[in-house]
Amino acid sequence: MTDAALVVTNLRTAIAGANETIHAVDGIDLSISPGQTFAIVGESGCGKSMTALSIMRLLPDAARIIDGTVAVDGTDVLALPEAAMRNIRGRRVAMIFQEPATSLNPVLTVGRQIEEVLARHLGLQGPPARARAIELLEAVGLPDAASRIDDYAFQLSGGMKQRVMIAIALAGDPNVIVADEPTTALDVTIQAQVLDLLKAMQTKRGTAMLLITHDLGVVAAMAHRVAVMYAGEIVETGERAAFFARPSHPYSRKLFEALPGTAPRGTPLSVIPGQVPSLATAFVGCRFADRCDLVHERCRQAAPGWSSLSPGHTVRCFAVEAGTKPPVRAVALPAAVSAAAAGKPNASPLLEVRDLVVHFPIRKGVLKRTVGHVRAVDGVSLTIQRGQTLALVGESGCGKTTVGKAIVRLVAPTAGRLSINGVDLTNLGGSALRERRADFQIIFQDPFASLNPRMRIEDLLMEGMLTLGVLDNHASRSKRIDQLLDQVGLPKVSRGRYPHEFSGGQRQRIAIARALAVNPKLIICDEPTSALDVSVQAQILNVFAELQRELGVAYLFITHNLAVVEYLAHRVAVMYLGRIVEEGEAASVLHAPKHPYTQLLLSAVPRLDGMTRRGEIIGESPSPIAPPPGCHFHPRCIHARDICRGSYPPAVVVAGDATHRAACFGYE
Amino acid sequence: MPVMLWTDALVWFLMATVIVFILYARRREHLSAPWRRVLTSSAAMASAVTLGGFLCIGLIDSIHYRESLGAVKGDGKQAYAVEVLSGLDWMLSDLRKRQEKTYSAPFALHLFQKESLERPDGKIVRVYPRLHHAGKHLQDENELTGDIAWRFASGIVSGSAVAIALVMLGICWIARHAAAPYGAMLTAIMSGATQVRWRPAFLALWVLLIGVGLAASLAPHYHVLGTDKVGQDVLYQALKSIRTALVIGTITTLVTLPLGVLLGIAAGYFKGWIDDIITYVYTTINSIPSVLLIAASVLLMQGYIERNAELFQTTAERADIRLLLLCVILGLTSWTGLARLLRGESLKLRELEYIQAAHALGVTHLRTITRHILPNTMHIVLIALVMEFSSLVLAEAVLSYIGVGVDPTMISFGTMINTARLEMGREPMVWWSLSAAFSFMVILVLAANLFADAVRDAFDPRNAMGRVAAGGTKA
Repeated sequence: MTDAALVVTNLRTAIAGANETIHAVDGIDLSISPGQTFAIVGESGCGKSMTALSIMRLLPDAARIIDGTVAVDGTDVLALPEAAMRNIRGRRVAMIFQEPATSLNPVLTVGRQIEEVLARHLGLQGPPARARAIELLEAVGLPDAASRIDDYAFQLSGGMKQRVMIAIALAGDPNVIVADEPTTALDVTIQAQVLDLLKAMQTKRGTAMLLITHDLGVVAAMAHRVAVMYAGEIVETGERAAFFARPSHPYSRKLFEALPGTAPRGTPLSVIPGQVPSLATAFVGCRFADRCDLVHERCRQAAPGWSSLSPGHTVRCFAVEAGTKPPVRAVALPAAVSAAAAGKPNASPLLEVRDLVVHFPIRKGVLKRTVGHVRAVDGVSLTIQRGQTLALVGESGCGKTTVGKAIVRLVAPTAGRLSINGVDLTNLGGSALRERRADFQIIFQDPFASLNPRMRIEDLLMEGMLTLGVLDNHASRSKRIDQLLDQVGLPKVSRGRYPHEFSGGQRQRIAIARALAVNPKLIICDEPTSALDVSVQAQILNVFAELQRELGVAYLFITHNLAVVEYLAHRVAVMYLGRIVEEGEAASVLHAPKHPYTQLLLSAVPRLDGMTRRGEIIGESPSPIAPPPGCHFHPRCIHARDICRGSYPPAVVVAGDATHRAACFGYE
Repeated sequence: MPVMLWTDALVWFLMATVIVFILYARRREHLSAPWRRVLTSSAAMASAVTLGGFLCIGLIDSIHYRESLGAVKGDGKQAYAVEVLSGLDWMLSDLRKRQEKTYSAPFALHLFQKESLERPDGKIVRVYPRLHHAGKHLQDENELTGDIAWRFASGIVSGSAVAIALVMLGICWIARHAAAPYGAMLTAIMSGATQVRWRPAFLALWVLLIGVGLAASLAPHYHVLGTDKVGQDVLYQALKSIRTALVIGTITTLVTLPLGVLLGIAAGYFKGWIDDIITYVYTTINSIPSVLLIAASVLLMQGYIERNAELFQTTAERADIRLLLLCVILGLTSWTGLARLLRGESLKLRELEYIQAAHALGVTHLRTITRHILPNTMHIVLIALVMEFSSLVLAEAVLSYIGVGVDPTMISFGTMINTARLEMGREPMVWWSLSAAFSFMVILVLAANLFADAVRDAFDPRNAMGRVAAGGTKA
């Protein structure tokens, strides 16, 4: 393939550690033709990002490329001196990073940062450069580009920043774009917009793109070819259609099976046992052998070579080599609406929230006068039955986390009523509130920030029991800790260790055990799996489901991941700008969404079949400081009428089932 | 009769705390790991040995007693001398007692200035009189150079001999600890291949002991660093100054610590009006020039001590209480930096999820602060303390120099510099007093700074990673 825009052969990158060398990238071959997207997919720690950085030659100091070639349009960039490399970066190969918030310089205007590239690579200065920058910003769909060009990064939303990043990447008119998780930090509707933009740009300019992602949905939406990376090497590569129809490496198949939404509710998700091995290991056999179901003697003795399944679809696996044809992937059927899941609406609910309002005052000036409010939560009513799961879904900034924190009284509600187990908590304070705290607990998103690094696991678990007076003597508490660790699937020896000795998934298990220690009836789960890899997420979701079956604990599951909702939740509430716009049985809401916002949210999720077609997604969430008058959603709604601009719609029953309600004038 | 001065009590209390902390930290991985990283820094090991030497002198100087006069007073009680002496005074009693009349240069046999002497024949001549104590053993003044050279060599040899013996013993102990053969450990340490940097530590020990050996062989017969205006040995003064510097450096932190930690964490953790008040207080204190504030407080204190002279039995006690109060004053004015650092850190920590989880579990504020916030800010406290030490030693010198520091009867680097400055304009110059104070102080402060630097590096998580990576590249 001499016409390929980017050819990587046998790339090896090693990071020097204290006592060992980590082979982060261990012999990667790939080639991308102009106008094609090549996606590398895999879990964290597989060496995906190191591959991208090696191609750009932007590696950290401790890492170095030890072998291989990277040819951009036929030029081996690894052989170039650093000065010449600067002419390649941005001009021939450009990179889009994951975090738009930190990828832009906060003290330079957006225009200056684009003009910098134009001046460096195209020699454009002054007015022509500015004109070109405006053109680029218009091309990436930044509204009102002519005035936005003088904005600073803090004046732009996350989606806009990523558009600017794309504009900067395109400024040098590169032949290859390396996009490292370009949409991971974005909301699902913004992700859809950015992916559409990348696709459109690519078709128009014929750029080759190396897309690095952990999200198979994104791969399905974007890629022409797919490579699955595991422990520093590519284990499977193929055309998108062939790969999605028949993922053949055991690891690829496990990745699909671990996705919630592919397994019916009530059955545990398939998990990959163990963890990605340390890349400092000197591998002898297949790197996946220790975690593979199909492992046999040979896998441990020799590394499998490439075997071809069909033209262009190759796998490193002895099982495939031996002629075992992996099965065609079964496409998941929508979970049937089970009557049993409807619960008992007449029983007194465990949690009852009525018209909860949380406003944060904005203070200004010397005297700190209140000049406005952030309407984080603006009249939310919820009920959760015992032993049930309510999923609270919405994009970032819609106030879902604040609802969770208000329920456990980590933030004080401004107005509204809140009762758990029939006890009104709204006005409880001090020791009266402390007594009730055992009933409701919270689990947070970031497993690294949610455990005190200076405390041993048993002290972490003991703390809640001591303060809330669970069990009366040390021996029984100590026994309880063993039991808790067992319940969340951790060995008993973990109790004497410190949090830093555990992986992200294990830490999240510890956080769950800490919440469980005080025997809560309700656990607020604030995005508990969004920081985890998909295989680890599957493990944690299984723990949640099992605990609910065993202990009858209820969950308020706050998330933006609709697949997780489908797997775990009985009921779903969709939140937009501080209010709930639609609520109902999970299956009913997810498969027959009524509110235009829910429909938008669902259509924006990239699906594994890659076949989704959706209406255009307009705009981004407005600020909760000044929500739009009338229905908050009307500026982004294609069905908006005059009445929507005038007043906020009441919630109405929208389906035969009396529990499915939506706040939309379209159903009056 | 043993005398326990206030500062002695505090110094020994501080030593005990440090020892307890070491024993406690040894068994806790997250506490001991960064300290083990300190041990892998050559500069830290060498400066730790140097600081250890200074600390030994300071500690010996912190055991005080009053000598028995032998006689029994009328009421049947033993009579004691008015003068309070320390362990160091006892060890250096030769140096202390061998006072000359006035200035004399290092290794000089004669006074620095001419005096009128009456010859036996009645004639009065102006000569440099012979010193009473220096070089008394010499038959002929021409033997001076040879004698010094010989004693110099024997000092180096004896110092080295002791150093080698100690190093051998040390390696024995390390080898036993690591369960490695002695020879292998010896070659490993000598080639600098050990994880813990023993080689620079042993080198520093060697240099230190050569210094001690030289002093031991020369000081009994000469004034190695000369004498001052009243004829006191400058080496003795410099050694005595070490305790004053150490006391100022350490006890002040005892005062700073509770204030800085409590107020800083309270401000960051509670926010709101508590934060407003604390921030207001420390901005106000910070906006007053600190020397002015300290001078004002010291003068107040001085006035009080003079009005209540009857409270103190001896001059040493009076000087000691003045030193202690100076520490308190320095502490009261220097807690703001630490408080500000901790306020920022607590502001960050209180939003972290484990603190929120603790709130959700109903953990009280006090418990949240002591169990969750304080342990996670400890590294900042440690770094701030070690860094503060050297600046306090320097502050003492400055304050004594402008006359608001320690009691004039107490020997300190500041008072040494203060008296020496008057003679700087003299021709020929009296340089030895100032340079002795200067070099001792530089060695102490430099060692403290290097050590603080290594501690800061070891506690900085990013640096720790960087060092691991860099070390790997070398390997």
